Amino acid sequence: MSITIAVSLDLKGLSCPLPIIKTAKAMKGLTPGQLLEAVATDPGSVSDFKAWAKTTGNPLVESSQEGGVFRFILQKKEN
Amino acid sequence: MSTETIEKAPIEQPLTKMAEKAPQTAEKLVIFAWSGELDRIWPTLILATTGAAMGKETTIFFTFWGLFPLVKNEIRVTGENWMQKMLAVMNRGGDEHLKLSKMNFAGAGPAMMKHLAKEHHVASPDELLTIAKELGVHLIPCQMTMDMMGLKREDLIDGLDEPAGATMALAEAQGAITLFI
Repeated sequence: MSITIAVSLDLKGLSCPLPIIKTAKAMKGLTPGQLLEAVATDPGSVSDFKAWAKTTGNPLVESSQEGGVFRFILQKKEN
Repeated sequence: MSTETIEKAPIEQPLTKMAEKAPQTAEKLVIFAWSGELDRIWPTLILATTGAAMGKETTIFFTFWGLFPLVKNEIRVTGENWMQKMLAVMNRGGDEHLKLSKMNFAGAGPAMMKHLAKEHHVASPDELLTIAKELGVHLIPCQMTMDMMGLKREDLIDGLDEPAGATMALAEAQGAITLFI
């Protein structure tokens, strides 16, 4: 079974705090269990996404890097 | 009392208990925006929008010099008497006219800073204010500052909360992360 991404965000080039703000806005539209993918180039986003996931309770399923591009997958938490 | 008993004082235990009692995350963020300078208002807005994006109920209480960035950009002079008017001339309001706390160089500093921000895709204070409103950040002007500086409600930008006082701001700050910038 392949993983289905509900929403994909291109945050490349954006600086703090925009990647998190755009992600938070997009996450509001998801239903529990759905996945959001975000790609960013801001190196600070690695720790920011981790911290955002921890404080909001939405699990960070994946955090990876490839050639200066960071990829995050967040799952909308159960209510 | 012997030194032995002092050494044996179980210092770690009470600290652990305190840590257990402390709430894991504050649900609210309250920022007191006291300064009207670009390099202070900017991080204030970055922190406020981020706090709101983290699901915190976020409030900015704009007081003293911090109120001037909320003046509409097109309004040149505010105030009713000559002192308030002179103050407004010396300290022009509006988020497009903010100065830097250091290296202002008669406006060259802010211009360079804005240029760098654009180059690095950092949102401007104006954009962040719009985002703050969208995210439901409470933007509260200080009533006392408005009265003292002669700033009327119509001098200030739209989308603000009702002007309020220190008691309201402190009541809001109970149990919140509080910052004074």
